[in-house]
Amino acid sequence: MRVWLCSAPALPGGHLVADELRIAVQSEIDIVTARQKGRALAAQLGFASSEQALIATAISELARNIVQYAGRGQVDISIEQKNGRKGIGVVASDQGPGIPDVRRALEDGFSTGRGLGLGLPGTKRIMDDFELVSEVGKGTRVAVKKWVH
Amino acid sequence: MTVPILKQGDYLIGSIQSALTDTDLIEFRSALADQVGKNRSRAVIIDVSGLDIIDSFTARTLQDITNTVKLKGARAVVVGIQPQVAFAMVQLGLYLDGVATALDLDEGLALLSAGAARRTSSG
Repeated sequence: MRVWLCSAPALPGGHLVADELRIAVQSEIDIVTARQKGRALAAQLGFASSEQALIATAISELARNIVQYAGRGQVDISIEQKNGRKGIGVVASDQGPGIPDVRRALEDGFSTGRGLGLGLPGTKRIMDDFELVSEVGKGTRVAVKKWVH
Repeated sequence: MTVPILKQGDYLIGSIQSALTDTDLIEFRSALADQVGKNRSRAVIIDVSGLDIIDSFTARTLQDITNTVKLKGARAVVVGIQPQVAFAMVQLGLYLDGVATALDLDEGLALLSAGAARRTSSG
């Protein structure tokens, strides 16, 4: 597992946090690392603890998909700003097999893996913005955002 | 990280104390099924208060554990789901179908002994 730290702007409250975190995801332990780093950033951004858990759960689902289907990939976690609001951005990307039927993958209860088939649809439900791009044989990129309310 | 499994009379208590990897969870499932047989346990309490989140894989594994334990003739109760974890599960659409839950260890033990009393009085 490798984590890169980029520029570190100051947040209100005097905390110094990384602008963007990249977590290489290639084994199960990286799933835990990615969600814990995401949760820590969400906490620093001022998300309530229930929303921190939501964000951590979403990251866990996305990172597990990488390990399970692509074997390796990366999770980028960033601070987002829009219209004076702060948020967290998570991009999970891999060069894996891609998703043949994206529409089905977003249906509740559909799974080709060992989950409950709620990973992607559940993640879509709990985040404010959700964008999925996948090409068979090329890979998958899921970008999600959640704004501080 | 290995999940400690404690023996308490007829019960087994598996106490998850920190975030687990998928492999840790699967090993816990196997160890628990094994111990139920070895100890002839009547019930299993799974304390998940140390889990940072319960995602779809964790939820499925908890269901699997409960079903495995049931097939071995014992009962299972999941206790200690943190409030924010429960909130996230509901938002995500995750439900622990068929899994008995209780607030904490004390409530879990009370639930099991109440169940045992009911079984005794009706049997």
